[in-house]
Amino acid sequence: MDKETLITQLKEIVKPYAKNEEALLNINENTDFVNDLKINSANLVDVVLDVEEQFNIVIDNESMERMLNVKSAIEIIEAKLGAQ
Amino acid sequence: MTGLGVAAPNGVGIPAFTDAIKAGTSGIRYDPELASLQFSCQIAGKPEVSEILQLQYLDALELRNFNSSGILYGLIAGIDAWKDAQLPVGADLEPDWDSGTIFGAGSSGLDKLREAIYKVDDLQVRRLGSTVVPQTMASGISAWLGGKLALANQVTTNSSACATGAESVLMAYERIRNGHAKRMLAGSTSDAGPYIWGGFDALRVCTFKHNDHPAAGSRPMSASASGFVPGSGAGALVLESLDSALERGAPIYAEVLGGHVNSGAQRGDGSMTAPNSIAVQRCIREAIKAAGVEPQEIDAINGHLTATGKDALEIGNWSTALGRRGKDFPYMNALKCMIGHCLSASGSIELVAAVLQLYEGFLFPNINCEDLHPDIAAIIDPEKIPQQLVYKELNLIAKASFGFGDVNACVILKKYK
Repeated sequence: MDKETLITQLKEIVKPYAKNEEALLNINENTDFVNDLKINSANLVDVVLDVEEQFNIVIDNESMERMLNVKSAIEIIEAKLGAQ
Repeated sequence: MTGLGVAAPNGVGIPAFTDAIKAGTSGIRYDPELASLQFSCQIAGKPEVSEILQLQYLDALELRNFNSSGILYGLIAGIDAWKDAQLPVGADLEPDWDSGTIFGAGSSGLDKLREAIYKVDDLQVRRLGSTVVPQTMASGISAWLGGKLALANQVTTNSSACATGAESVLMAYERIRNGHAKRMLAGSTSDAGPYIWGGFDALRVCTFKHNDHPAAGSRPMSASASGFVPGSGAGALVLESLDSALERGAPIYAEVLGGHVNSGAQRGDGSMTAPNSIAVQRCIREAIKAAGVEPQEIDAINGHLTATGKDALEIGNWSTALGRRGKDFPYMNALKCMIGHCLSASGSIELVAAVLQLYEGFLFPNINCEDLHPDIAAIIDPEKIPQQLVYKELNLIAKASFGFGDVNACVILKKYK
């Protein structure tokens, strides 16, 4: 799966939680979930659960802590998918 | 009191609720879920809340995985009351240090808690997501309201079983009177559904004789009363100091003159589930004393009156406490005839009805007591229990609620002139 497809899928996942629509529209590798998209930090666990469901992967606690932006999310998803 | 809101089984929103209580419209319906779960009592009262209505109080994100009927009802009643008092609502508000809430609940989000318990037992704790705690913590409703209304004074939830709603009004009243807040949103809410009602069904305190004719099921003061009908919903009342209300030019529905809360300590004839009559009488007398009025001045009573075997005892306690009987007894009303027993929400929904009675000058009809219990007729003149809507100027209404744990609360309301 290429990066663009991954970002498009991530965009759909974070859409219900993102409070900043402009940042969501311009989502890219450098987008931060809390600072840019203004996602409530409590909702980050929901984003992780939705990612797990979408890609059929399990994200461990250490990875979960790191998953604060698009870049780390892509890294984690790619690593988990690669390990399957 | 400058704002009212309600989500009741027979009407959501003040206009619909006012029409319903005047018309004697029952909100009790057959509940197929209770029937399929083999409840003895298969009728219940639930506010009807469409998805479109929900979206007026919760946004799409908040409604994701939302499963707490009590919080939904409380938000409808609380936000409506705040708007009714012409106070601002919205995410962009600055903290309002002078406004708070005491919004009671018996439990919170039982359906949500059930979901969570199943996941935890299935070793899925990590998949609970972020929504369990805010929907199942006891103070969930006051926390949600605090955020919606930018309340920055005390934000808390009280809990005293079926006395919760009346108690919340008195706690809010005291906070304002003590000068700690200018405005308080008082009220209470109760979840709907089998998990909250099951325990009462098991106690055999709910009627099982009216599953085929729900609207006739809730029969306070009736000779054929056979137990209460479980209900749910929320009521809310904005209390503020007279200075604050006048300064804002807010319409004033009624005045809280005072009240009293106490407990019978589960001694004498009191127990976890039964009231100690001495405490009930004392609560009424102390409330009247605190209000600075005479028992003779009370025009009407909005009773607790659940339609169990205790209604005649309650009437007797009122009669003893007030020293009034027969034709000299005040008018008596029991809203549970239309909405059932809304448990922790009952006091506040019934208080909203009492305030409307004072404000508009009417006595709502007591439906389902065409066969008035002879023990009650022996104490008070049947004319004092109107079965039809009566328009009448009222000055003082006493409202009492009693709850498990042998707890009592009585509020004295006065028409504002």
